[in-house]
Amino acid sequence: MSLKLTSLSCLRGGRTIFNDISLEISPGEAVLLRGPNGAGKSTLLRVIAGLIPAANGKITLNDTPFTHRDDFQSQLTYAGHLDAIKPQLTVAENLHFWAQLFNAENLTQTMDDFRLTEIADRPAHACSAGQKRRLGLARIAVTSRPLWLLDEPTVSLDTETTARFSATIDAHCAAGGMAFIATHIDLGLTAPRTFEMQAHKPSDSAPEHDPFLKGDWT
Amino acid sequence: MIALLIRELRLALRSGGGAGLGLGFFLIVVMLVPFGVGPNQQTLGLIAPGILWIGALLASLLSLDRLFQTDSEDGTLDILALSPMPLEQLVAVKAFAHWLTTGLPLVIMAPVLGLTLNLPESAYIWLIASLAAGTPALSFIGAAGAAITVGVKRGGLLLSLLVLPLYIPTLIFGAKATSLAADGLDPMPAFTLMAGLTLFTIALTPFAAAKALRTHLT
Repeated sequence: MSLKLTSLSCLRGGRTIFNDISLEISPGEAVLLRGPNGAGKSTLLRVIAGLIPAANGKITLNDTPFTHRDDFQSQLTYAGHLDAIKPQLTVAENLHFWAQLFNAENLTQTMDDFRLTEIADRPAHACSAGQKRRLGLARIAVTSRPLWLLDEPTVSLDTETTARFSATIDAHCAAGGMAFIATHIDLGLTAPRTFEMQAHKPSDSAPEHDPFLKGDWT
Repeated sequence: MIALLIRELRLALRSGGGAGLGLGFFLIVVMLVPFGVGPNQQTLGLIAPGILWIGALLASLLSLDRLFQTDSEDGTLDILALSPMPLEQLVAVKAFAHWLTTGLPLVIMAPVLGLTLNLPESAYIWLIASLAAGTPALSFIGAAGAAITVGVKRGGLLLSLLVLPLYIPTLIFGAKATSLAADGLDPMPAFTLMAGLTLFTIALTPFAAAKALRTHLT
């Protein structure tokens, strides 16, 4: 059980976002994805989640190639910059929906873990940014899938919740799960590995294949 | 699946601009006609089936553009795409929920409005029957249009341009069934054609919409 990226690259609108990324995450491992703004951290996570197509390279998760979309995606869960929360629904309704959709069971425990029980009946539009984030992350915890892809999970979280969340990630990894986390801060995980994105950022844009734009025709 | 349906209904009922707005629009459009055409009861009775159908058509168009757009904006669509539920099923459930919140109230209100337009007595049953069998097609065709325009900011107008021409067959046979009944003729030929069209749409559009959503996501 592992996640394996082999010389992965991604093109968006004729521009190389990243090039030739190879990485392996074994079970029980949390890898921190670091790099300056615009290095392609979010894009890499979305490519692994199958939300953006890769231009080149291979991804396998527990020996399932990412071309088997359904089998591949059923082993991962993703939390992006957006929390996927409906403001009209209450906190409990939001979480219940995701739990039912992902056939999750440990709902009450997760609500406690993320201190959502006290705000369960509050409509999500009345929640603070941090509370919304907690709700968004609780969704990750209820889905119980081996690979967690987290994009800046601790934005607007207070220090206490950040520590609790780090503990949740640690527990997930201790149970044999994997986590790939794009972050700028020190999460305080027990044994994280770091993967730097900077080196893969090409200095110029992608090679131009159009002879007219390249100027070869003159 | 039930969870998604309940969520959709809750969202439509809680956020103003869902169910009630379409119904109110239908009411006003139909009530405006006598002011424009004049109070001649014979003329009104003659055009009543067409007016009621066009009103229903425009009313069901109103809330369509939000069908996938809100989900796309708050990140819900990404997570739904990663969920075990196939996108085709997602589209079908959402379109059905759209019908329950906009189509069904129109079916219930139409006879009352028929009264104000002096619709002949023999046509009421067929007005209800044709709207009940025809409006699902409007929601399902609309879902495909909404899926295509999901990435377009303020795509509501574009959606109308895409979807309204596709409404024409349903409009023709739906209004025809009602007006045939109003003239005391057999409405079955037009009605069965329209019902068949609805079944065809329900079977086909979820696949088209899911394809469009996948293209948008990647």
